[in-house]
Amino acid sequence: MSNQTKLSARAANGIADTLIYLFIGIVALSCLFPFIHVFAKSISEEAYVIANKVFLLPKGFSTEAYKKVFSDSSILTSFYVSVVVTILFTALGMLITLCAAYPLSRKSLKGRKTLTMIFMFTMYFTGGIIPEYLLMNSLGLLDTWAVMILPLAFSPYNLMIMKTSLQSSIPDSLIESAHLDGASEFTILSRIVIPLSKPIIATLSLFYAVGRWNAYQDALFYIKQNVSLRPLQLKLYYLVVSSTESFQAAVEGSAQLTNPEVLKAACIIFATVPILCIYPFIQKYFVQGTMVGSVKE
Amino acid sequence: MKDARHKNIMFYLKGHWQLYVLLLIPLAFALLFKYGSMFGLVIAFKDYKIVKGFWDSQWVGFDVFKKVFGMRDFSLAVRNTLLLNSLTLIVGFPMPIILALLLNEIKNKYYKKVTQTLLYLPHFLSFVIIGAIAYQIFGLNSGIVNNLIENAGGTRIPFLQKDTQWLITYVLITVWQSMGWGTIVYLAAITSVNPELYEAATVDGANRFRKIWHITLPGIKATVITLLIMNLGKIMSGSFESVFALRNVATTKYTTTIPILIYQLGITGGKFSESTAIGLFQSVIALILVLAADWIAKRLGEEGLI
Repeated sequence: MSNQTKLSARAANGIADTLIYLFIGIVALSCLFPFIHVFAKSISEEAYVIANKVFLLPKGFSTEAYKKVFSDSSILTSFYVSVVVTILFTALGMLITLCAAYPLSRKSLKGRKTLTMIFMFTMYFTGGIIPEYLLMNSLGLLDTWAVMILPLAFSPYNLMIMKTSLQSSIPDSLIESAHLDGASEFTILSRIVIPLSKPIIATLSLFYAVGRWNAYQDALFYIKQNVSLRPLQLKLYYLVVSSTESFQAAVEGSAQLTNPEVLKAACIIFATVPILCIYPFIQKYFVQGTMVGSVKE
Repeated sequence: MKDARHKNIMFYLKGHWQLYVLLLIPLAFALLFKYGSMFGLVIAFKDYKIVKGFWDSQWVGFDVFKKVFGMRDFSLAVRNTLLLNSLTLIVGFPMPIILALLLNEIKNKYYKKVTQTLLYLPHFLSFVIIGAIAYQIFGLNSGIVNNLIENAGGTRIPFLQKDTQWLITYVLITVWQSMGWGTIVYLAAITSVNPELYEAATVDGANRFRKIWHITLPGIKATVITLLIMNLGKIMSGSFESVFALRNVATTKYTTTIPILIYQLGITGGKFSESTAIGLFQSVIALILVLAADWIAKRLGEEGLI
């Protein structure tokens, strides 16, 4: 190659590079700007928001909306419900997943194929919305804490990931030798398998926790009368998306804020911050878990 | 012979009974909540009355299905489910591939890490939050996009308040929500491409675009095909949460999907037999499509899904 073509090739490469960096940068910012905008709105003075003057930077400064959010006891109750439900659900989900995945990861288990089939079939066929609703009804679970904890705790998808991970990370010979030493299966599970699988346990716990925190479909169906059991996402739905519910303080007439937009923005940020805070730390576990899920034995 | 086998099993159980005890917990949950609800499907073939209960309600054969298939809302819901899913697939399927190929070209480690973190973010948010933010961004009277349009001298666009505009906005939002996360599988596939191929291509004077076209893309072809088939298999499954969080009273033309119809008819309207029949219809079609997708994937020599 002559010097000139080399140079022009390098220039073309540089232009391509710039375009790629620019494109990826713009797409990435499209994932960030919505939150910055809503945050800016939530701490702006109301007059500017009403005048549609707030874009990416707050105009004026007011924490009035957040004071309202924190003085609305029903929002705080919903937050509490979500926290409790998420913790219990995650603990139960992991217990179920471990109890299923460990035996099924043992190649010597008799009936392994049939049992796996029984579990996996539920991934492709379910009773559907109404039969599930009627089942909750006849079990007396409607409008209870348990309805947000028990039904979804068994997850065939998480089970599959756990099983794949155990099979690839824990050598059969290790378990066999523990067996020969007279260790019971319970001991093997608690002393060998669980300590060796901490990363995948962390990953799947996060799958369970974030999934539970974000879901609102089941609560929408099952929590009807007992409004104090509404988890945060459902509360947010009624408050912000469908706007069928008003803020407590506004009802009491003590409101200085007349426009719901600032309050809505504050509410969105209130519900988003917990995820935003832990997100940078949990991201890598999610990536790993998704990779295990996409690789089959 | 039979005795010996019996003895063998007893010996096996003596050593391994604890494994079965462990399995009792997940089995109980799967049987009660997953298989237990399947019994409720019988009411699709009955004239279900709450006062009579599951057992005493009258058998009506396929009458409920005949009635449901004649409903205008039913064909609308099937059309909308297929429409939303196929539009999301057409627009959304190539996006993660393009993003992954471009991310792979970024050599600056920090820039890559920061942009990836931002791209993954929408995946971690609930559809309620995404719906709420969507109205803040695309709302007619106070949404930031319309404010900018008006400032620039344009007229406000009903992104979420008119049917056709809603459809486009919905597709863009769901694609935006999932595109970043979708890159993970492709980025993993790209790392498994043999680096010697790139070196050889560089020696041969191939430019960057040619390397992507002739090496990277063929390298991830298997992943692309598997995921495409898998997504085609899901074309009949409805997404409740995303549609429900973004719809409003002004737009009903495209927002009545199968799960939304089941919700309105069954849980809000109390027509349990009809809504169960619709759900069963969807589940069966969805199952057939998944099985077909798996069969095709295996036929093509790719990894199956099941």
